[in-house]
Amino acid sequence: MTVGLLVTCINDALFPDTGRAVVTLLRRLGVDVDFPAAQTCCGQPMVNTGYLDEAVPLLRNHLEAFAGYEAVVVPSGSCAGSVRHQHRLVAQRCGDPGLVRAVEQAPPAYELTEYLVDVLGVVDVGAYFPHRVTYHPTCHSLRMLRVGDRPRRLLEAVRGLRLVELPAADECCGFGGTFAVKNADTSVAMGSDKARHVRETQAEVLVAGDNSCLMHIGGILSRERSGVRVMHLAEVLASTEAVIDEPAQPTAGSAAASAEASRTDGPPRAPRPAGAIR
Amino acid sequence: MSELASESSTRRSARSAEVAPRAAAGGATFLGTPAFPIAAKAALADAQLRRNLAHATGTIRGKRAAVVAEVANWEELRLAGAALKDRTLRHLDTYLTQLETALTKAGATVHWARDAAEANRIVVDIARGHGTDEVVKVKSMATVEIGLNEALADAGITAWETDLAELIVQLGHDLPSHILVPAIHRNRSEVREIFLREMGRAGRPAPPDLTDNPADLAAAAREHLREKFLRAKVAVSGANFAVAETGTLAVVESEGNGRMCLTLPEVLISVVGIEKLVPTWADLDVFLQLLPRSSTGERMNPYTSMWSGVTPGDGPQEVHVVLLDNGRTDVLADEVGRQALRCIRCSACLNVCPVYERTGGHSYGSVYPGPIGAILTPMLRGVGHDEQVDSLPYASSLCGACFEVCPVRIDIPEVLVHLRSQVVDAHRGRPSLQGAAMKAASWMFGTSARTAAAEKLSGLGSRVLDRTVRRRAPGGRRALGSLPWPVSAWSDARDTPVPPPESFRAWWSRTDGGRR
Ligand code: SF4
Repeated sequence: MTVGLLVTCINDALFPDTGRAVVTLLRRLGVDVDFPAAQTCCGQPMVNTGYLDEAVPLLRNHLEAFAGYEAVVVPSGSCAGSVRHQHRLVAQRCGDPGLVRAVEQAPPAYELTEYLVDVLGVVDVGAYFPHRVTYHPTCHSLRMLRVGDRPRRLLEAVRGLRLVELPAADECCGFGGTFAVKNADTSVAMGSDKARHVRETQAEVLVAGDNSCLMHIGGILSRERSGVRVMHLAEVLASTEAVIDEPAQPTAGSAAASAEASRTDGPPRAPRPAGAIR
Repeated sequence: MSELASESSTRRSARSAEVAPRAAAGGATFLGTPAFPIAAKAALADAQLRRNLAHATGTIRGKRAAVVAEVANWEELRLAGAALKDRTLRHLDTYLTQLETALTKAGATVHWARDAAEANRIVVDIARGHGTDEVVKVKSMATVEIGLNEALADAGITAWETDLAELIVQLGHDLPSHILVPAIHRNRSEVREIFLREMGRAGRPAPPDLTDNPADLAAAAREHLREKFLRAKVAVSGANFAVAETGTLAVVESEGNGRMCLTLPEVLISVVGIEKLVPTWADLDVFLQLLPRSSTGERMNPYTSMWSGVTPGDGPQEVHVVLLDNGRTDVLADEVGRQALRCIRCSACLNVCPVYERTGGHSYGSVYPGPIGAILTPMLRGVGHDEQVDSLPYASSLCGACFEVCPVRIDIPEVLVHLRSQVVDAHRGRPSLQGAAMKAASWMFGTSARTAAAEKLSGLGSRVLDRTVRRRAPGGRRALGSLPWPVSAWSDARDTPVPPPESFRAWWSRTDGGRR
């Protein structure tokens, strides 16, 4: 059986490196991952703005695209939350019992870190990322999905990575989907405070599990010429001294060995220096 | 003083120009407040206000977290609180009749008020009947909701607020901005100014050498108020809880002003929302644990006053209870939204809300600000006919912090999304930029072929931009600066990454998922 990657519409169009990182990472861990090309968007932007009817065709499309997969893996806390909590709402509201049943029978959706830690049982994914990093636990991962310390445990196991505490980490960055546009001033006020906390950590890289939040905070950090770069967690976890497409055993200390091996084996893509996935 | 005074008085006049300090006729909102994004913009520009708010909410947040952590079975208490309220709401009619019977037996007079106008008329008539031109009040959200002070003023009766924060708001000709700490937007030097300037006009003046030391300010308020307590014949209160079984009303507070209002005057009128019910005396156990820890971060309220009807020779000899609907039965009829009626007005959701913390309570233009206000006000008022009310369900980033602290587990984000869909549906058929954008997005994401085509266009644009854009974000990606309307709402303060030349989808099909 194969897992289906729900890459999310934002990642697909704006951050394709995140999707590639998930593929690299999952293959390295021996997972058979597929990208159902029929997928589009989970419907969250419509639902959260109140356009429930407009989300119905997206829901139908999503259910068709992912039918038959063993599980759905999503590199976004927010979209995983949407699939798990909002799809039923949309189906119920449109009053089609068939659609409600289809939602109930859909394969389980996991946010990436849930899949790694709970399903694969891995914490050390064999990554190497020699940078000073701070982590923002986006609201939907934190409160809707309750991913808890899974992302932190994964990051702490990355070789070379120095994790620094982000002040007021669990406070919302102010992105909030269309909130960022409908209430732009408030959104930016919240994002500026978040960016200030990020700068206080003197981290080189801000990591999170949602590119939309990162696009917002990173957009402010970039406008402030702060020099801090933002990166999706998947890209950090996929980083090694070389990019490997061979499945590797995710045991501690094995990463260097597999990186070594992959060099001699000749990986299908040119090796890159650590952290250069993006 | 002059510098500070002039700074804050300009600010005050700027604020009162936007916010006419009067409750709207239907209750629950303030007349003249613009839609949330506009009111918020003004508030965000007020650096002093943001400092006052961040400091105050930060302090209460810390206290709450500490005392909640002391309770081992907090989650069970929350579940019990939610279940008790739900059961009460399911059989509200039965419990209300039970309450009426018990209260009447104890010598109180029960009145039913369908809306704000009815409730105000009842209170005004009682006060008039006693020939008084003033009443003392203990802070009550229900009376602010119905605009009782304004209604009394129209009838020539002055209502004196006796809660310290409420007094600051009243003397400052201001509006409350928080459920529990209505003057949270004021700092102590502002309070000192208000007391010096206004107390003399309303009764006993503040001592001329008043400092901004909190103890001195409280002492000045105490002196000023004592005179009013001793003089007033009629008092008005709300109630935190009403026990159906015993006909008992309960008020919890911290200053003792409530106790004075409830015991000293001859006549007591309590205006009570019909959702304040609990079935039995024993149920209070749960709520008297949940409320103080969630609201003031205390283990227990300093004053808990309870009364049932009239006791000859002790306390008020005439007791009236006005049971207020004012839209509550409409809320009850909303399957998703009715959970808002569990609210015990603890204000924990306000204190953790990142939007409230930055915009303050006035931006909501509503008696109930913050997350609970963003759901309760639109439900009490109804959506689809007032732009300001319709903007409230959108005044949230849906971060979920409010749900996490709510002692009765109101899923505020869920209700917000539900109300947004009601707002959208109420406006269907009318042209709007947002509606058109959502329809277009729905069409584009309806099939992967259309999505891929749109991504191809964006990829083409990217190739052009890649050649023309100079700015680079850290990490090397090219970024766009400020862009024209309508994307300016996004790009005014944030750089935007230039879309990549190739989408993930296109990469996958070109390389067979990286295998080619
Ligand atoms: S909604 Fe919940 S947290 Fe907010 S005031 Fe009401 S009871 Fe308190």
